[in-house]
Amino acid sequence: MSTSYLIRNVSVLGGEPTDLHLRDGVVVAVGAVSDPGDGGVETIDATGLVALPGLVDLHTHLREPGREDAETVESGTRAAARGGFTAVHAMANTEPVADTAGVVEQVWRLGREAGHCDVYPVGAVTVGLQGERLAELGAMADSAARVRVFSDDGKCVSDAVLMRRALEYVKAFDGVVAQHAQEPRLTEGAQMNEGELSGKLGLAGWPAVAEEAVIARDCLLAEHVGSRLHVCHVSTAGSVQIVREAKARGVDVTAEACPHHLILTDELAATYDPIYKVNPPLRTRADVEALRAGLADGTIDIVATDHAPHPHEDKDCEWSAAAFGMLGLETALSIVQETMVDPGLLDWAGVAERMSYAPARIGRVADHGRPIEVGAPANVVLYDPSVRRTVDPTESASLSRNTPYRGMELPGRVVATFLRGRPTVLAGALV
Amino acid sequence: MKRHLLSAADLTRDDAELVLSTAAELRSLADRPIKKLPALRGRTVVNLFFEDSTRTRISFEAAAKRLSADVINFSAKGSSLSKGESLKDTALTLEAMGADAVVVRHGASGAPHRLAHSGWVRSSVVNAGDGTHEHPTQALLDAFTMSRHLGQGKTGSLDGRRVAIVGDVLHSRVARSNALLLATLGAEVTLVAPPTLLPVGVDSWPVETSYDLDAVLPKADAVMMLRVQRERMHGGFFPTAREYSRRYGLDGRRMATLQDHTIVMHPGPMVRGMEISAEVADSDRSVIVEQVTNGVAVRMAVLYLLLGGAQPGGEE
Repeated sequence: MSTSYLIRNVSVLGGEPTDLHLRDGVVVAVGAVSDPGDGGVETIDATGLVALPGLVDLHTHLREPGREDAETVESGTRAAARGGFTAVHAMANTEPVADTAGVVEQVWRLGREAGHCDVYPVGAVTVGLQGERLAELGAMADSAARVRVFSDDGKCVSDAVLMRRALEYVKAFDGVVAQHAQEPRLTEGAQMNEGELSGKLGLAGWPAVAEEAVIARDCLLAEHVGSRLHVCHVSTAGSVQIVREAKARGVDVTAEACPHHLILTDELAATYDPIYKVNPPLRTRADVEALRAGLADGTIDIVATDHAPHPHEDKDCEWSAAAFGMLGLETALSIVQETMVDPGLLDWAGVAERMSYAPARIGRVADHGRPIEVGAPANVVLYDPSVRRTVDPTESASLSRNTPYRGMELPGRVVATFLRGRPTVLAGALV
Repeated sequence: MKRHLLSAADLTRDDAELVLSTAAELRSLADRPIKKLPALRGRTVVNLFFEDSTRTRISFEAAAKRLSADVINFSAKGSSLSKGESLKDTALTLEAMGADAVVVRHGASGAPHRLAHSGWVRSSVVNAGDGTHEHPTQALLDAFTMSRHLGQGKTGSLDGRRVAIVGDVLHSRVARSNALLLATLGAEVTLVAPPTLLPVGVDSWPVETSYDLDAVLPKADAVMMLRVQRERMHGGFFPTAREYSRRYGLDGRRMATLQDHTIVMHPGPMVRGMEISAEVADSDRSVIVEQVTNGVAVRMAVLYLLLGGAQPGGEE
């Protein structure tokens, strides 16, 4: 296979069409190239395509080890490559939990062997996600996986003392605690957004305040101990406002929004189809608008997928018996185009910031999230924003099919993904 | 009528009045020596009960049998939530047996809706109570009972009648279905409960709400008491059973403030001494036993209309 790609007539971050030359894993030219200077070069006509830096997901569930019926590192990273990602952070809620150096190194090694994108394991904050005592965060940080993001995602570190200690402790290796903000007592048995509709449908409500109270507390804790905090899957207008005010005060807090929270609303629960069941739940139209505004003005730093594969039987049942979560890797960029780029809230440079530079910064990932310029690692996505496609779950590279966008027409398509100059996706298909 | 009865909201006023008038015709059967009609002969009705419920199940069973339908009772003991796929697999089994109607009681809100809309079965689905969502046939039998006692004109209209529904509205499928159906039928509903037992968003329902039972009782034409499960106390919804009973229970003293014609209802099972005193439950105002009798007639009407049988009493 060629190790040199000359991408002709491509619009880097939506700019004027030009050429892009990738060779030996790095970007060697940005601008009109008349003579690529080597024989083995493969030329790609990228007319009409946008080049973005390889996307970085800070929130992916790869399910391995433990739930290989739902996803494996292999299948999940294939889905990631199809979605334009060159790096994903694999969440810790596996079986066994990624709370030791051994487990994070296993996941990291599986990612390297798969080779579809780089896998950065997230370490659990507490042993077994039990919220009782700290896991060996330092051992995970010092392991071959070099963990920098720690999260009990799926569960909230609700104990204030434990959260404080975690925020303090990870400063020693420049780590960050990514909080799943959900006050557990306020959300016992919760099934959907608490509001008018939950009352009508007789489904136990998940009130916005259960998220907002934890985010407010954690911002104050992070401020108090001078640590950095990352807030996972912000879903309510109130949360956006709390983060906005904390940032204005100088708190070192970053926040993510998920694609599904940017486009879907709680009204879908009226179908009782648990394909729409997710945690935190789909919220109201006003929340969706607030998240978009927050993502546009930088209050929300990044888009993260919370890609959560589940086997068919865990969704093909009654709502309250079903698992929380939905697929996201292969549709994220399209949703961001639909909800942010096409309405004019974000340009392609903004997309690069929210989906590549910023998540790489938060995760302290050096080789990803770099601008497309000479000398940078050749992690690049070629994206065609002009086409529209209808989502067909059976086309997914994931082992699971639980996409809420089935049958929905979305804009855009990933044409090619390059990981250190090597294509993982070419002509829209996995390599 | 729609093919399924999943929510009281599925019923237009015409639909609801048709069920009630059909039930009135079928009700007269209960007084005959032979209580059977051939209307659903050869049709199969499955009672699919994932939750224990003696009275609702036998009410549906009696209704189907009086219409000459074949009845299969299927009770899945224990929680289906621990084995989520069982609803689907059970449904597929029943479909293979050729059920014409499935009467389903399930602990999960929306389970009948899933059954009706997931493509698992082709038969009509009747919601016999789902989680904390709805119980539409209970609302129909309540409306039927009210109509017999309070109805005006030939059709027994409930227009303008005032109904107080008292108790754990938050967890009550009976309250949800009644609020919707009674509004459709023109009655004025007031939900009375401590604020902790009213759902978020109740202000968007077609009802009034009150925290003060004593203020509501003198104006009510019907008072419907809801069961308060003792386990709610552990959720901290109210301090003690005694305090609940004092503020929201219907006892002899409160009963004395009712108008002469006002009836007292309860969907059962009652917790005597909690939401209702024995004195009230056994009083002349109480129509609680009659609700059970009417339940059979109303469920006959529902099965008959959904399965499109011949005119009741009009042949053979």
